[in-house]
Amino acid sequence: MPTNGSGLPHHDWLDDDAGPVVRPYTVTGGRVRPVTGGFDLLAFVLAAPGATRAPEAAQLQPEHRAILALAREPISVAEIAAGLDLVVGVVRVLLGDLLASGLIALHEPSAMAHLPDDDILQAVVNGLRAL
Amino acid sequence: MDYGHSEPSIPLALKILVAGGFGVGKTTLVGSVSEVRPLHTEEVLTTAGIGTDDVLGIESKRTTTVAMDFGRITINDDLQVYLFGTPGQERFWFVWDELAFGALGAVVLADTRRLADCFPSVDYFERRRIPFVVGVNRFDGARRFTPDAVRQALDLDPNVPVVSCDVRDRQSGKHVLVALVEHVAAKRGHPVPTR
Repeated sequence: MPTNGSGLPHHDWLDDDAGPVVRPYTVTGGRVRPVTGGFDLLAFVLAAPGATRAPEAAQLQPEHRAILALAREPISVAEIAAGLDLVVGVVRVLLGDLLASGLIALHEPSAMAHLPDDDILQAVVNGLRAL
Repeated sequence: MDYGHSEPSIPLALKILVAGGFGVGKTTLVGSVSEVRPLHTEEVLTTAGIGTDDVLGIESKRTTTVAMDFGRITINDDLQVYLFGTPGQERFWFVWDELAFGALGAVVLADTRRLADCFPSVDYFERRRIPFVVGVNRFDGARRFTPDAVRQALDLDPNVPVVSCDVRDRQSGKHVLVALVEHVAAKRGHPVPTR
């Protein structure tokens, strides 16, 4: 079977007009809202120590586990979505499941991120100039 | 999985938006200054998805994918800057609203051959009082306009910086971002000292 550039099987009868073969929200069972949490694009997620071995992790889907793997270090919601190639809304639902199970810690942006003080602005200018 | 004694610290992440008309170079700018290749993420919207909790049973509704490209600049261990290219289609205002929430400011890219394309972006940030600078991207073959001519054509506030740039060039892209952060600081009444 011929393959396209991404190495996936190519089907003549499925072009871009047909839409995604797997609808994005199939992963969440059709749920479009997380059970808990707001999940700003720049909220940071950190997996709980031992999260993948926790009893709560037994029922996880592969996508949940992929998030836990990415979140061994603090990572933003936007980067999780990009890293897993899932739409942001789907990632939020999955993160809500993980948060409700206590498998991740969530750090929403602080007030300082929205209104940084002069020292931070100065650090940003210096950092940009040094790039 | 054991972290040992110390929990990893959560960086402070600042958000800068990159806006402007279609094909003006938003993703190019993000890519030229980002330390990682531009990351791509999407949001799927359905007309019925807004205000409902379930997408099952609405297969007949049209879905639209809104693409967002973003990049990252690490200033230090505790401080990161994220650059988000806004979706070009101005009808997705509520995606803009999410992106604009908590943003430090915005770069509006302008192409002097199609200056009107950036009107909606300028209008958006003016209305929400989000600090912005206008970056006039130099396109090959485009007539050069002075920043003042662009300022006049866009009817900008006198204090809004207008910076000429080449979005393909990292130094030039940096220059635009520095202009924005300095503008943000100046608006607060504490200008960043110049080098």
